[in-house]
Amino acid sequence: MSPRRAVSGGRIDRLRTIRFTFDGHSYTGHAGDTLASALLANGVTLFGRSFKYHRPRGVLTAGVEEPNALVTVLSGAVREPNIPATMLEVYDGLIAESQNRFPSLEYDVGAINQLGGKLLGAGFYYKTFMGPVIGPLKGTRFWMFCEHFIRRAAGLGRAGTEREPSRYERMNAFCDVLVVGAGPAGLMAAKAAADKGVRVILADLDANPGGSANWSDETIDGMAAADWAAETVRELKARENVRMLPRTTVWGYYDNNTLAALERVADHKLAPAKGEPRHRQWTIRTGAVVLATGALERPLVFPGNDRPGVMLASAVERYVNQYGVLPGRKFAIFTNNDSAYRAALALKKAGGEIAAIVDLREKISPAAREIAGKVGGAHHTGHAVIDTEGGKQLTGIKVQRFDDRTGVLSDDPRNIPADCLLISGGWSPTIHLASQAGLNPVWSDELQAFLPPQATQNWVGAGGFNGGFTTAGALAEGHAAGLKAAGAPAAAIELPAVDDDGLDPKPAPVLEIKAKGKAFVDHQHDVTADDVRLAHQEGFVSVEHLKRYTTLGMATDQGKSSNVPGLAIMADALGKQIPEVGTTRFRPPFAPVSVGSLAAERYGDIRPDRLTPMHDWHLENGATMYGAGLWHRPMIYALPGETVEQAYVRETKTVREGVGLVDVSTLGKIAVQGPDAGEFLDRVYTNMFSTLAVGKARYGLMLREDGLVLDDGTTWRLGQHDFLMTTTTANAGKVMQHLEYLLDVVWPELKVQLTSVTDQWAGAAIAGPKSRDVLAACLTGTKADNETLPFMGIVRGEIDGAPVMICRLSFSGELAYEVYCGAGHGTHVWEALMKAGKPFGIVPYGLEALGTMRIEKGHVTGAEIDGRTTARDLHLDWMLSKKKPFVGSAMMDREGLVGEGRLQLVGIVPLNNRPVNGGAHIVEELYEDGPRDSIGHVTAMCYSPTLGKYIALALVKDGKSRRGTRAFVSDPLRKRFGPVEIVSHHFYDPEGNRMHG
Amino acid sequence: MLITCPYCGPRDVSEYSYQGDGNRTRPDPASTDQEAWNAYVYDRLNPRGEHHEIWQHSGGCRAHLKVTRNTLTHVISSVGFARDAGHRKSDGHRKTGAEA
Amino acid sequence: MAEYSVFSLLRNAFSGNRDWKPAWRKPDPKPSYDVIVIGGGGHGLSTAYYLAKEHGITNVAVLEKGYLGSGNVGRNTTAVRSNYLLPENIHLYEHSMKMWENLSHDLNYNVMFSQRGVLNLAHTPAQLDDYARRGNAIIHSGADSVLMTPAEIEWLMPGIDASGSARFPIIGGLMQWRAGTARHDAVAWGYARGADRRGVDILENCEVTGFIKDGDRVVGVTTTRGEIRANKVAVAVAGSTGHVMNMAGIDKLPIESHVLQAFVSESLKPFLDTVVTFGMGHFYVGQSDKGGLIYGGDLDGYNSYAQRGNLPIVEEVNSEMLALFPSLARVRVLRSWGGVCDMSMDGSPIITTGPLPGMYLNCGWCYGGFKATPASGWCFAYTIAKDEPHPINAPFTLDRFHRGAIIDDKGQGSTPRLH
Repeated sequence: MSPRRAVSGGRIDRLRTIRFTFDGHSYTGHAGDTLASALLANGVTLFGRSFKYHRPRGVLTAGVEEPNALVTVLSGAVREPNIPATMLEVYDGLIAESQNRFPSLEYDVGAINQLGGKLLGAGFYYKTFMGPVIGPLKGTRFWMFCEHFIRRAAGLGRAGTEREPSRYERMNAFCDVLVVGAGPAGLMAAKAAADKGVRVILADLDANPGGSANWSDETIDGMAAADWAAETVRELKARENVRMLPRTTVWGYYDNNTLAALERVADHKLAPAKGEPRHRQWTIRTGAVVLATGALERPLVFPGNDRPGVMLASAVERYVNQYGVLPGRKFAIFTNNDSAYRAALALKKAGGEIAAIVDLREKISPAAREIAGKVGGAHHTGHAVIDTEGGKQLTGIKVQRFDDRTGVLSDDPRNIPADCLLISGGWSPTIHLASQAGLNPVWSDELQAFLPPQATQNWVGAGGFNGGFTTAGALAEGHAAGLKAAGAPAAAIELPAVDDDGLDPKPAPVLEIKAKGKAFVDHQHDVTADDVRLAHQEGFVSVEHLKRYTTLGMATDQGKSSNVPGLAIMADALGKQIPEVGTTRFRPPFAPVSVGSLAAERYGDIRPDRLTPMHDWHLENGATMYGAGLWHRPMIYALPGETVEQAYVRETKTVREGVGLVDVSTLGKIAVQGPDAGEFLDRVYTNMFSTLAVGKARYGLMLREDGLVLDDGTTWRLGQHDFLMTTTTANAGKVMQHLEYLLDVVWPELKVQLTSVTDQWAGAAIAGPKSRDVLAACLTGTKADNETLPFMGIVRGEIDGAPVMICRLSFSGELAYEVYCGAGHGTHVWEALMKAGKPFGIVPYGLEALGTMRIEKGHVTGAEIDGRTTARDLHLDWMLSKKKPFVGSAMMDREGLVGEGRLQLVGIVPLNNRPVNGGAHIVEELYEDGPRDSIGHVTAMCYSPTLGKYIALALVKDGKSRRGTRAFVSDPLRKRFGPVEIVSHHFYDPEGNRMHG
Repeated sequence: MLITCPYCGPRDVSEYSYQGDGNRTRPDPASTDQEAWNAYVYDRLNPRGEHHEIWQHSGGCRAHLKVTRNTLTHVISSVGFARDAGHRKSDGHRKTGAEA
Repeated sequence: MAEYSVFSLLRNAFSGNRDWKPAWRKPDPKPSYDVIVIGGGGHGLSTAYYLAKEHGITNVAVLEKGYLGSGNVGRNTTAVRSNYLLPENIHLYEHSMKMWENLSHDLNYNVMFSQRGVLNLAHTPAQLDDYARRGNAIIHSGADSVLMTPAEIEWLMPGIDASGSARFPIIGGLMQWRAGTARHDAVAWGYARGADRRGVDILENCEVTGFIKDGDRVVGVTTTRGEIRANKVAVAVAGSTGHVMNMAGIDKLPIESHVLQAFVSESLKPFLDTVVTFGMGHFYVGQSDKGGLIYGGDLDGYNSYAQRGNLPIVEEVNSEMLALFPSLARVRVLRSWGGVCDMSMDGSPIITTGPLPGMYLNCGWCYGGFKATPASGWCFAYTIAKDEPHPINAPFTLDRFHRGAIIDDKGQGSTPRLH
């Protein structure tokens, strides 16, 4: 038997022993234990070190609000830091370790920070480390030097560098009523709603639904509260219209009653079962929400309140009643309200010794007084704890007479030996979700707490959430809330009977005892009451300034227990009421959420892969692929031993001299159909399309509304009312949206239908002087001769039995054809073309060769159409029709778009015949003292086998007028500089004889 | 946030693309009123409160919707098809093509 | 001796920290000032500071509707950089960078500006060319930039997926080493303290409810704390620009207000000193001195003044983080929040006289506001004092859109959510 485990009691399975390790030591616990309860049962009291001062810390709470007992869970090399031991169910093989200590939890050198206590107060960083104004440590250097060491000491747990092996999952759910919290109120609400036949989801963050029923000592409906809860849960589970989500934290309340919840599916096991995700992220869209999230107990603030052994009264009650653990031998209790007396009762029942109950109120309820008498030990009303004793473990407390109206301490202090001190500062309703879907919370003087705000979405609250701290009230409110949320009229029923223990939920309005010593408000971040007062003294008095200046409430527990005490101290310093200091707005998430769960299926699969129909062929035939947006495209098809440059030069040469085949399936394709299709194209293209003959294609240019170039491509007239538009790969989606907007919003009267057919067509461009011969060899049903298929003509036929559509157009500048077929026939047609081309020496070519040939021709693409260039800049003004308005025509001649100094497209020839890189800049002069005065930049470059030299395209300031002049390429990033000549962008066959041939 | 598409019903915001201020009127295409064009392309009503805006149901029926939404609360008070709202003056386009 | 120093810290530590003075006064409004700056955020406060420091104009009030620094200066992800593409932007942000480098001294307030670098990852050859163009532009404009190889990147950032098998393999990156992060709140507080010490009145909880005009000319404002008159009224209310200008009768501007969400993880032992951006989406992450990962991504993508966003972006941003750092799946998000960004039509800000006589406007900072805080205030103060822009902010006029003299770093045109 573990040293601190009670002989009997608790909701744990004593027959099942669980073995786990903490900081390398082996321990045992029972099924139903958390790491915190199991370690407490083993007599462990030291759980961690605080953030700033590295003070030894125990476990303060028994739930999600835990600030101190954070551990890292190890599973192989995968690390999961900052997990509250209070939320971690033990399992066989669990390996956990403490954090933020070196070399060990017991002896931590970081504890030296405690010596700097007064120096390291709030705002400390802002007042120093500025360093010298002159000298080698001027500027930011001194701070960065100091920061280096600060960063080495900073942080809680350590993240791993290993990829997570398990899976995350996302689930959408729809219901009529979502009940958050499965305590007595939530269970009643779920039952009431389910009885009305609506779809109910009941989510609770614990493994066993029941909430306070699991650890209160009450009876409900004549049975132990926990049994009543279990019974109710069983009943709900049996309903078809109820879904239970245990271990599920509802963490975010978004627009339109969309709530986000994290289900920890497999955190209580060594590894997820086969097919099971570790976490499941729920997006729940619901008609109404019942918030039955209960309340959280607050600590009192007094010197030494962070010593291991000091715990929330309700937490101890829970350890005793739910886990059968007595977290000490000799207990003292310090409270400002009645609820802690329940814990005293529980301790007494479980065999604990009560040394003293210290109640800072002079007057207490008769019920509390009766319990005090029953449990034994001293009962000091009108007293306060002013300090604690012990090293890393509480050994005693110091108590003094206290006036709860004036806060004055008097008489001599006395010492009371105790190894566990229960503290209670009253309760704060858990209104975090409501705060995300409501106005400002409402302060209650009576309860010294913020109550739920006015709702801005459809939710209703019940139980402790509303500030009602009795089980009977929770049951009644839960029932009413369930009905309301289900849209049913209020109806009285006979509620399960609960004994009324007569304790008074109202606390005294005192949360801090001012005495000498460090009194902690935010335990994890080591924010003391004096820090809050210093913030006040320096003018950081609004609640947000308080938080930001002191870091109060910014730790992993998000100030769940420190918020109200912090505000109380500030209000006291200001001489104001708490709500005048301000209210904190809680933002999502309610409790920390794993990044993996938010990524869910996108973890390891961020975006879809877009593959062309011929993708596998490319891989099988030696293509090196690279990414182009979501697409994968062949870069080169290298022969063994070839460099990238050798490969594309060979491919280019083969095309220029013979024939090559390139996959152009990625081009955007939009079917533009309908009686007004021609008219529509006239409006969106700068040039005319309505006059285009059926069976012909035309190159078109599109501007944005602001007059800059949007995209270019060819559009084919397949029929009187039927056009096939192609766009660049990169802009396919953007052009589609642009056209749809115009058609749907601006010109709905046009009878046009737009359909994206990018994925329906496979496309291959066959280019080179022998391309016609290859086509002739495999094309049936039509001919490829100049008469049947002139430049920009379109024919339909078959290749090896597959229907194809062929347009004679050229990006390479050679005689060339684009062959389109159904995507399913893509590889078949491709292979047929390769086979037919074999006698002609056909090669497949990739984007590098394609790019080389377009540079030689001076064609523009994404690097030049970069959203900042005009048609004139790219020498495409010949395409701007003067006969009609078009999108962008009214805006393209504004002064800023036509004046001097615009970047214009030019050709660049390096005079030293060395490569220049894309992104290199052009300058008029190279300066000794560093590059400056850029006049433009290189957009694309290649080695041109046709010209036998390196060439490039560039956008250069007033480039047109610089043709024939010298300049320099300036590429400091890659340390390449050299003289160049600026030339026309048409390097190759400017008259276009080859493609027309 | 849910937007109720008149075709498809209530759908998550992630299915939609935002197309901005729905109060703008595109000038007559033949218009040379530079101010009107500038206003159309660059100037936006940007109210804190009710806002008329265009959304495309790009992950659904691809219709453009005119949505009235409060920019402070995200509450949507009306949704209709943008094409019914009249954002254009297209008389300046010469009729060509099929019906010319 | 400077008011804040290691010596004053020691002295105060021994005297129980009882002698620290308020960082700034909490005065009552005077009936009139030479200059009113509307907006007690970073830009408003720095404007007031430089009006006093550089131009000797100290009869100045900063009007803040809530608490000081409650806008985007307290909501951003703290990155400071000048790695823009277009010279106009580089000059503005590099001016800012140089001011950042001395800001803690200037303000006698440690704003914790740390130049640990900002790295933009490239995933395709075209993107790397594009980054090279930008990096070279930065160098030619006098700022710093280097290209990094995947191996260097992997060495710099343990846990980053630099493998060739990643969905978007990292093929390089553009690093600006002088870029970094600062403690955002400290910037607001430092400027407030500095301005206050020079005589500027900082009026918190003083919401402007209207403008007082004499004909067309703005001569003052009405506020929740009474009427205040001034010779010059400057507006620096990022996120609320549309709303405030509406009160002045300007109902249309080249601006849309969008919500941008940001996230912070639980505190981890620092492993990421550099801010890094993902090139195949919109994602950036850095790690604070407290150990929290601070990260964000794309706008929610619709007009909003709500300072909160929705789930799709939450999921997208976190997915992109794991695409870069697959080992962080078990790290947990601690907080998320939203800030309202004035998205302009070309992605660049507006710092200008007008649009009404007696009025000055500073807005349209998109995501870029925090890093610009010193230069924005400095240029705006110059513009207010001299009634004409400094050459650095001369291109950033309001009429540039209509003239076509747009400064479009991303080349997206007049679709603000894409900038």
